[in-house]
Amino acid sequence: MPLLTQQIQDENDYSLVASLDNVRNLSTVLKAIHFREHATCFATKNGIKVTVENAKCVQANAFIQAGIFQEFTVQEESVTFRINLTVLLDCLSIFGSSPMPGTLTALRMCYQGYGYPLMLFLEEGGVVTVCKINTQEPEETLDFDFCSTNVVNKVILQSEGLREAFSELDMTSEVLQITMSPDKPYFRLSTFGNAGSSHLDYPKDSDLMESFHCNQTQVNRYKISLLKPSTKALVLSCKVSIRTDNRGFLSLQYMIRNEDGQICFVEYYCCPDEEVPESES
Amino acid sequence: MTSAVLKCCPVDVTVNRSLSTGKLHRVELLLQTKLAPGTLDVLLSKSFLCAPAVGVSNMIAKLAKICTLRISPDKLNFILSDKLASGGVSMWCELEQENFFSEFQMEGISAANNEIYLELTSENLSRALKTAQNARALKIKLTNKHYPCLTVSIELLSVSSSSRIVTHDIPVKVIPRRLWKDLQEPTVPDSDVSIYLPVLKTMKSVVEKMKNISNHLIIEANLNGELNLKIETELVCVTTHFKDLGNPPLASENASQARNPEQMAEVHIDIRKLLQFLAGQQANPTKAVCNIVNNKIVHFDLLHEDVSLQYFIPALS
Repeated sequence: MPLLTQQIQDENDYSLVASLDNVRNLSTVLKAIHFREHATCFATKNGIKVTVENAKCVQANAFIQAGIFQEFTVQEESVTFRINLTVLLDCLSIFGSSPMPGTLTALRMCYQGYGYPLMLFLEEGGVVTVCKINTQEPEETLDFDFCSTNVVNKVILQSEGLREAFSELDMTSEVLQITMSPDKPYFRLSTFGNAGSSHLDYPKDSDLMESFHCNQTQVNRYKISLLKPSTKALVLSCKVSIRTDNRGFLSLQYMIRNEDGQICFVEYYCCPDEEVPESES
Repeated sequence: MTSAVLKCCPVDVTVNRSLSTGKLHRVELLLQTKLAPGTLDVLLSKSFLCAPAVGVSNMIAKLAKICTLRISPDKLNFILSDKLASGGVSMWCELEQENFFSEFQMEGISAANNEIYLELTSENLSRALKTAQNARALKIKLTNKHYPCLTVSIELLSVSSSSRIVTHDIPVKVIPRRLWKDLQEPTVPDSDVSIYLPVLKTMKSVVEKMKNISNHLIIEANLNGELNLKIETELVCVTTHFKDLGNPPLASENASQARNPEQMAEVHIDIRKLLQFLAGQQANPTKAVCNIVNNKIVHFDLLHEDVSLQYFIPALS
């Protein structure tokens, strides 16, 4: 790729340089968190974390480890910028979202530092696309302070077990209620919509249940409009870990296997909607 | 000529029954009409191959909502006249009559002006011909059913020996003689750069994504076989570079020798027009050339097996 090397005169000028043989290993994971226009990117020597937030109540993080990239160098301790994720995804998939079999789009991504645009060089079959995306002032992201030591209940499910449930959620219900308990009903998803309530129970010995660690009965409600976007990650993932901490905060961790068999993680955090009135629990 | 009132003659059809079991589905086309002043008397009667006709009509339907069908003894043309934007014809699609029809008869307004111009909604035609994809026979005739129609009757294959016939009446407007001058074959502009197009599928997916970001696009090319598609917005600049495309020999050799091969000729165009053109291209053409007149117009010249297509996109002012 002579054009690519031509345009990158000096690698040391860049605070971030990353290259990928298959751009879909990046774009797929980013699509899983694409529910708002803008995202904040943090790069360290371990990889890139891309964060999207909504309504100060939900946060999605996509982690792309350095090992996913064929080349990954970060000159500073950490590099942070905000970017229009919609535009970034359009650029990454410029050669088509579903490429012809046998053709891969290669990517080289460079960022010179604060105030500079993010440069993308994409190549497929000798055709090169150069994108210069302006970056924005990074915004402070929420700290959910979700600590594994405070986790009360945790289940790991095969994603297929949740996929249908999530795609058919009764969106007329304002909330999704998640019940996790060491006793029956173990793990229950409930909605309260115009057409009535619906409850979906997963027995703890179900084949879909990879692991079940519930210490205490917890009933929490989450705004369904905030959780619905996580379906994007769910459909791509093979496993999902669902955890709640002592404050009722929800963590959904999706394990996504890319086309090369490598594992990436996407994580959603969500605040509980309200205290559940005693009479209903 | 006064507004065309059609008086229909009884149609004289000789159905082509020479069908053997051959794979090619022969189709009969019959077009008959008589204009009130007696100036137009048309009879086309010929068979053609369905599949390519369906392909052409689909392509036209993607390119233009309403188009003009020009019928002359040798050729059929689908024409899109874009009077508002460029003041001229923006699409000129040409089919050699004999590649599609095994029999063909027509009579135009006079021996000197042996042509018929019809305006129709291209989707109606493509929808009608879609039925004909696996047809045994197909007839097209110009009829008058309270208003002028292109009547497409399709004889479908059926498991039983009884045949089924589907008939579509496509309303058409017969275009009077005085408006023909706006519908003549456009002259190919004297281009600054002429270049072969890359694989249209790649180009289409690139332009599709660019359209999400910008309404305008810059297409530029040089005589060194390089073609670039560019968009520039406040947020992002995207350039796709195609190279080693090759340049067809220019008509005026002197002009090409004088030009620096590296120097780009460019046109700013409406990205939707380019995408519309690309979206209509299902099969890869045997030849595809892009001609650029710097800051004026870009002209696409495609040659499919039986169809040639010229498409013009004017520069944005």
